[in-house]
Amino acid sequence: MTRENRRKLEGCIALSLSALAAFLGLFWLVFILGDVMIHGIKAMNLSLFLSDPAPAGAEGGGLRNAFIGQGMITLFATLTGVPVGVLGGTFLAEYARGRKIARIISVLSDIMVSVPSIVIGTFIYAVLVKPAGHFSGWAGAVALSVIMIPVVLRTTEDMLSLVPWTLREAAFALGAPYYKVILQVVYRGAAAGILTGILLSIARVAGETAPLLFTSFNNSFFSLDMNQPISSLTVTIFQYAMGPYENWHAQAWAASLVITVFILILTIAGRLIIQWRYR
Amino acid sequence: MEIPIVANPIEIEVKDLNFYYSGNIHILKKINLSVYKNGVTALIGPSGCGKTTLLRCFNRMHDLYPKNRYEGEILFQNEDILLNATDLITLRSRIGMVFQKPTPFPMSIFDNIAYGLKLKGIRKRSDLSEGVEKALVHAALWDEVKDKLHVSAYNLSGGQQQRLVIARALAVNPEALLFDEPTSALDPLSTAKIEELTFNLKKEITIIIVTHNMQQAARVADWTGVLMLGELVEFNKTDKIFTAPSEKLTEDYITGRFG
Repeated sequence: MTRENRRKLEGCIALSLSALAAFLGLFWLVFILGDVMIHGIKAMNLSLFLSDPAPAGAEGGGLRNAFIGQGMITLFATLTGVPVGVLGGTFLAEYARGRKIARIISVLSDIMVSVPSIVIGTFIYAVLVKPAGHFSGWAGAVALSVIMIPVVLRTTEDMLSLVPWTLREAAFALGAPYYKVILQVVYRGAAAGILTGILLSIARVAGETAPLLFTSFNNSFFSLDMNQPISSLTVTIFQYAMGPYENWHAQAWAASLVITVFILILTIAGRLIIQWRYR
Repeated sequence: MEIPIVANPIEIEVKDLNFYYSGNIHILKKINLSVYKNGVTALIGPSGCGKTTLLRCFNRMHDLYPKNRYEGEILFQNEDILLNATDLITLRSRIGMVFQKPTPFPMSIFDNIAYGLKLKGIRKRSDLSEGVEKALVHAALWDEVKDKLHVSAYNLSGGQQQRLVIARALAVNPEALLFDEPTSALDPLSTAKIEELTFNLKKEITIIIVTHNMQQAARVADWTGVLMLGELVEFNKTDKIFTAPSEKLTEDYITGRFG
């Protein structure tokens, strides 16, 4: 075989292998999304959003409690996780820039990002649920915010470091104190990136089940009391999918579709913001 | 016939200035020089000679980074600005700075200029508009941007951005302006505009300009200082420096024998 033919053959093999790998990955993705779509749309109806669960085994009912519960847990998680993450990232990129402490915290939060969420769930169980003696919405929100903080913190740090240092110097040269330089100039330069990071972190926690199983648990009734167990979509999907009833399965599909679409929208919004910023 | 030099009063006086970078790297060595009011003073010299470092002493920009150290005095209107007690925020609003690359903030043209005014505590919308217009007229940019004050400053050309940055510095009414190679990133036409601007501005404020371009120093500056390896080799009236330098090093440098 000539060298040229050999080279072509190798190229051909490499191309086929990578195409196959891409196809395998995409196949399952499309399969899963398609399956969720088909089953989810079939089970979708208005009472899903408007009524609470029917007694076990009975027809009808909906998941209003789970939607509201999921919304509240995610909202409170965001309200605590985002400020802590953004301020922490600001500390690392601005005030502690170049110091050892910044690098240590940075590495630690990288590790935190990859800690399995169930570990965070059991941790919160140990420090919040066990001492209180009962599951609660607050514990769920805290668990999710603990997952969010390192994500938001690292994105904020990275985005702030991308803002050219000369921009800060220019603001200092006008006689601006550091906090105003950060608030009015640096944040503005990094706003799109930070916002994207926040959206992606919400998307990340909105699909979490394991940490909620140990913290907010579940509630078959409509509840706004964050101090009590509260229903969430992900835990409900887990429970209903394992349950013996047909209509539970259908509702689990519908809930899966809703949560998938929600995360999809957040992710797409995040991408759009990046494109809009860096076009 | 010798024309008598009527010297303006001294605005900034540097006395035995030593500057150490990150602990003990000795960058500026025993600099003595006087900057005269309402004049343009140029600092020239080969790369790495310390001219930018010297410029950044005047607004204590080096304080942003740890372990930098000054020795000696810089008297600005007879007050030593190198004292620990110096309020840097006030100092920097009195001595403005324009950088090598244009540094517009990521906001509209209007907000860029208004930024400095807001720092000074001006809040009223009408006062802000008035200040913004005045600064833009001052920096000879008003006619080009008056119809698009609320578009992003990033939409301006490089030369316009640089004049915007000058307008932003002027808006806070500084008494002196530091220019750090303000035209090195600009085309000849924009450069000419900025040089013309310096000429007009010196009626009101004192200007110190660092430049790589000796022709530029010859064109805009009344006084010129030549730095080499952290030392001030010669300081004199610009025409003296370029026509009859008293130091051999200066002559070698301006005739292009090195640097």
